Amino acid sequence: MSLVTRRNFVKSAAAAGLAMPALGGRALAAEPLKIAFIYLGPIGDFGWTWAHNKGRLAVEEALKGKVKTTYVENVKEDASAIPILKDLAQQGNKLIFTTSYGYMDQTVEVAKQFPDVKFEHATGYKTLPNLGVYNSRFYQGRAVEGTIAGHMSKSGVIGYLGSYKVPEVVMGVNSFTLAAQAVNPKITTKLVMIDSWFDPAKEAAAVQTLINLGCDVIAQHTDSPAGLQVCEQRKAWCFGQGADMHKFAPKTQLTAIEDIWGPYYISRAKAVLDGTWKSEDTWWGMKEGTVVMSPFAPFMPADVKAAAEKIIASTKDGSFDVFTGEIRDQSGAVKVAKGERMPDKDLAVMDWYVQGVQS
Amino acid sequence: MNIGFIIDALVTIIGVTTPILLAATGELVVEKSGVLNLGVEGMMLIGAVTGFAVTLNFGDSLGDWAPWVGIGAAALAGAASSMLFAFLVLSLGSNQVATGLALAIFGIGLSSLIGASYVGTVIAPFNQVFPDWLAEDPIGRVAFGHSPLVYFALIMVVAVGYFLNRTRAGLILRAVGENDISAHSIGYPVVAIRYAAVAFGGAMAGVGGSYFSMVITPMWAEQMTAGRGWIALALVVFSSWRAGRLLVGAYFFGILMTLELYAKASGFSFLPSQFWAAMPYIMAIVVLAVMSARDVAGSEAPACLGRPFMPNS
Repeated sequence: MSLVTRRNFVKSAAAAGLAMPALGGRALAAEPLKIAFIYLGPIGDFGWTWAHNKGRLAVEEALKGKVKTTYVENVKEDASAIPILKDLAQQGNKLIFTTSYGYMDQTVEVAKQFPDVKFEHATGYKTLPNLGVYNSRFYQGRAVEGTIAGHMSKSGVIGYLGSYKVPEVVMGVNSFTLAAQAVNPKITTKLVMIDSWFDPAKEAAAVQTLINLGCDVIAQHTDSPAGLQVCEQRKAWCFGQGADMHKFAPKTQLTAIEDIWGPYYISRAKAVLDGTWKSEDTWWGMKEGTVVMSPFAPFMPADVKAAAEKIIASTKDGSFDVFTGEIRDQSGAVKVAKGERMPDKDLAVMDWYVQGVQS
Repeated sequence: MNIGFIIDALVTIIGVTTPILLAATGELVVEKSGVLNLGVEGMMLIGAVTGFAVTLNFGDSLGDWAPWVGIGAAALAGAASSMLFAFLVLSLGSNQVATGLALAIFGIGLSSLIGASYVGTVIAPFNQVFPDWLAEDPIGRVAFGHSPLVYFALIMVVAVGYFLNRTRAGLILRAVGENDISAHSIGYPVVAIRYAAVAFGGAMAGVGGSYFSMVITPMWAEQMTAGRGWIALALVVFSSWRAGRLLVGAYFFGILMTLELYAKASGFSFLPSQFWAAMPYIMAIVVLAVMSARDVAGSEAPACLGRPFMPNS
């Protein structure tokens, strides 16, 4: 039992009066836009998923109060993604990002069932009125790595640790090889696909194997820094993937490709908030700031640095494109004629390796 | 192909095999006592994150001893997590399959939680113990160039084989796994023996997990064991619960996986890569089929495997 004195009454009335506009305000303001992400790996992988999650956090930060984001990690690239996506749509998420190539058909299926939810699928090529696709031109970064590898390799054999034979990975392998061949035409790339995006023990074993087979520069397209640690121990040059990984290979990481998704995610969230969202095929790159090279290692020779800087600058101003003919495939057939640039639609479905790739 | 090349390949094989062998050796003892603990993956991850965290945090104060303490902590953490499982299935009689799966999921979650602040940090690899002139000798390194855990794994699988088949204590443990009621009726403390076996299995899984975070890749990444706990479980079945076959099976798996990598990197694309990836599982099915055709008399699994035993109820 509490006594209602005049003083108490005045206090609580004042408090209520103060609280009321606030409450009213909250009720009047639009519900925050709910945005969901599904991730392939754990957010602590320090690679692909980690970078997407940083993009999500950037959205939260930039649009504080206007958006509410959730994520589901470790979503397999199989039919099990479908119920997860349906769940997210039913929970009121109006914008859903599916952040790996292997979610393509699942995203299409669920997007058809929820026409009022906007979907965005990373690195794929199937669109619907409510399903857009987006990618980053990581191959531009691979061309920088390839240029460096061409200069740094003494054995003329460079290694590539891959995950799956999907266009995203194939593009990287080819870009890396073509750029290295522009420096040293005799160079060959040994390629190992480990059939997984994230498996540190197998990544390490694969990099050991590549080094054992004579590779002295290693690039990777898997998600953990395991390969870099092996390169550090075995004294092979290497490149970080998804984030600056020099901590894992302080003496051998030359540079890294950093995935920066924040700007894109913010622009799409804003588009939904403004009502201007439409299904698009967005492919940003170095110019737009979604592909960024980490600072070059201090021990990288000056002429190599200059060559790499030149690739970056000419990529940004559009004067350089690594997929400019003449390009031949492994069998020697001409795939891109001399002087021509490979169109995006061909790049997006690339499933053949250039001459000089050993796989 | 020179000798150095073969030794390099052997080093890779040993690296791939050791953590699986450690965890499977522990699980063998658990299953021989009649308990099926499917939580190996979770216990490995708890061991991995604990070993890493302890080594990182005590690196300054303990110096060279830090990784040893880290391994010890990984074993303790693995054993502690297995005691949760043991309490539920041995004292409360819960379903072993369900509880084991729960432990696996719990371990994945707990290790991610503990490890969140360690993502992106590194420690020195816990590699060689022998002096450089032995460990870095071009030939000698095949025997002396490894992490202490490699030798530990080999010693433990031999010791467990000896314990199970040649000692009285091992005989009692097997009796508990084959016929718990009889073992109980002649006075053996069935539940206590099973607790001890589960704790041993947990400790070995913890050490196996620490091999990932301290030796192969001295860092922490969520779920870095990437399913090796499940392979260890399969390996116990594959070995038909025998230590010798367990050792052979583990190395068989390691050789297949390494061969796959060599074949791919050398450009032998006559087999699709998916076939190589499926190879260990195909071989497992073949071996199991051959074994079951031969042992028509009955399964070689411990007779009480997975069956609850509650003497007081």
